[in-house]
Amino acid sequence: MYTQTEVIKDTTASGSEGELVINMGPQHPATHGVLHLVITLNGETIKKIEPHLGYIHRSIEKMTESLTYRQFTYVTSRMDYLSAHINNLACAMTVEKAMQIEVPERAQVIRVLMNELTRIASHELWIGAMAMDLGAFTPFFYAFREREMITEIMEDSCGARLTMNYMVPGGVMYDIHPDFQKKVKAFVQQFKDKVTEYEDLVTNNVIFQSRTKGVGYLSKEDAISYGCSGPVARASGVSCDIRKIYPYEVYGKVEFDEVLDTAGDSFARYLVRVKEMNQSIRIIEQLIDNIPEGDFQAKTKAVLKPPKGEFYTRVETARGELGVYLVSEGGTTPYRIKYRSPGFSNLSALDHMARGSKIGDLMATMGTLDLVIPDIDR
Amino acid sequence: MFSLEGITKTIQDWLFSSFSPTVALLIECAIIILLAIALFALLGLVLVLMERKVAAHIQIRLGPNRVGPGGMFQTVADTVKLIMKEGLTPDMADKFLFNLAPFIVMIVAMLLLAPIAFAKNFQIWDINIGVLYVSAVSSLSVIGILMAGWASNNKYSLLGAMRSGAQIVSYELSAGLAILSVVVLTGSLQISDIIESQKDGWWLFKGHIPVIIAFVIFLIAVTAETNRAPFDLAEAESELTAGFHTEYSGMRFAFFFLAEYINIFIVCSIGATLFLGGWMPLHIGNWESFNHLMDYIPSSVWFMGKTFFLIFLIMWFRWTFPRLRVDQLLNLEWKYLLPISLFNILLVTLIAIMGWHF
Repeated sequence: MYTQTEVIKDTTASGSEGELVINMGPQHPATHGVLHLVITLNGETIKKIEPHLGYIHRSIEKMTESLTYRQFTYVTSRMDYLSAHINNLACAMTVEKAMQIEVPERAQVIRVLMNELTRIASHELWIGAMAMDLGAFTPFFYAFREREMITEIMEDSCGARLTMNYMVPGGVMYDIHPDFQKKVKAFVQQFKDKVTEYEDLVTNNVIFQSRTKGVGYLSKEDAISYGCSGPVARASGVSCDIRKIYPYEVYGKVEFDEVLDTAGDSFARYLVRVKEMNQSIRIIEQLIDNIPEGDFQAKTKAVLKPPKGEFYTRVETARGELGVYLVSEGGTTPYRIKYRSPGFSNLSALDHMARGSKIGDLMATMGTLDLVIPDIDR
Repeated sequence: MFSLEGITKTIQDWLFSSFSPTVALLIECAIIILLAIALFALLGLVLVLMERKVAAHIQIRLGPNRVGPGGMFQTVADTVKLIMKEGLTPDMADKFLFNLAPFIVMIVAMLLLAPIAFAKNFQIWDINIGVLYVSAVSSLSVIGILMAGWASNNKYSLLGAMRSGAQIVSYELSAGLAILSVVVLTGSLQISDIIESQKDGWWLFKGHIPVIIAFVIFLIAVTAETNRAPFDLAEAESELTAGFHTEYSGMRFAFFFLAEYINIFIVCSIGATLFLGGWMPLHIGNWESFNHLMDYIPSSVWFMGKTFFLIFLIMWFRWTFPRLRVDQLLNLEWKYLLPISLFNILLVTLIAIMGWHF
């Protein structure tokens, strides 16, 4: 790592003739966190983008090595804080796979419901933030109106609104709140009523379409070679929904479609996420009345000691594929944990997508990549 | 009936009867300057609060509601905060130009108040080239913006100023042509003449479709000229942090901020004067009793009502639309608005020559 002064000296030195080098971030309203982009410009046209990471590195992977198997899931809530549930689930699933714990049916259904609510909440926040990047402030407040209902549902059952820590190896930590089903149904109704507002305000807006159509194009081959996943890859036509390919929990038993688009531009990525919210609603509607009775947590030993070996699980977060690679030496703490985070791979495609476009286009491209910086940096 | 005309006349008569003409004129000047500054401050306070309330209403929230009744004194509190803040000048900035820029923008906004008729016979300077004066002076503010962007020694500021320069110079054309269409119909550049010509109906209604087109183009062009969303590229905060005024703080930032709102007021009052009849009440053909009733509403209320309606429209744009990209912005002007305006002015001329308007 270089020091702050070196970065500044390095990047303010102008490049070749007519080039302008600007530091976007680490403190910049459009990078939504502490991402630092060093952008080489020719007038308003982008010639090169170099992302600098490390401003929010907390060495989560290293910390994990000194935490027990019950403790280390909590740290992952702070990775991709918008899909905390799904991160926790990935860790819990890894431990269950290593220990061969059977998760009760009730816990599985609760997990899937919570996951889909998280996915909707994450996409809601993304719609608002992306519209704000493009200069429209109002959709942010509309999106937060619906997101607030989800955070309240989470608060009831998990006790927290953002970093839930609800998934534990063997099931979920507590049973759902008595009002859970009623509130989720109210939310589904509200979402269906209000989704037309986004259509009017954002999707059908001429300025929004001209800002995003054909902007930040990513071909299918590039999406695969950069390792993109989630809505970013699906908008380029790559079928990569882990929920469909390697169904976990009860995803194999519910009906939903994998949303695919072939345009590969920012507008396609927008549409994929909006349609994904509708699919999540579809999953919730199928499960909310059919939560089976039974235990919400499997009986496990107080101290978890997975056998010696290497284990890998993958889940579909709101941003793409999250992989957890666990090396166990048979002790009470992991020997090594490696997270494959979706944001990191998606960010790597940014330079390729934004080259030759205007600074204004970078906002559309970066906005639809849906970057969460703590997920990239860990 | 209450009228501002009577008050100004009484004051003038009293001044000229009690002092020598030179002294009376000087005193009048002093009064006008004080009134202009007071109006400036008042407009700033009212418009900023209005913007926040309109935004809050559109965004399903309440807006300022803690300082004073309904948040009325929120802007006062904000101004006090800005006055108390330190006015930083960056180390490597061109200090003279950096400090001069906000004042240029401010002075331009103040100069533009001169030919506006606020009510019947209530006007600072009824110059015979009033419309020309407005379009000439308003294009000066780009100098202040370019100066601010260049002198700040900040790349974001420079990019913002560059965008702003291209944008204001381009949209000046459409705005000018839209204004010209009313001038063609009226045959005068004097504000009072233009208002007088709308005694029997506003130009928006009298001038058929071409004037409506001119009005729409005027609205788009002035939104761009005042750097308001969806044309706020000069200060696009998601791209350029704060654009040309990134490095400004304290009162010098407040000057830019205030000048923006005063400029909105001025362009809207020009729009109200040219297309909506200024202080003229709404008259409909032969409806004698209706017209008589409308005459009872003071002319200042008519003027302010029309102006604030247009201001509301511009605020509505801001909180609904996303921002355009810089090349789309210039495309819109040079490929669509300018050809339409040029063709439209031909139509208007034809209407004026043939006398087809009402």
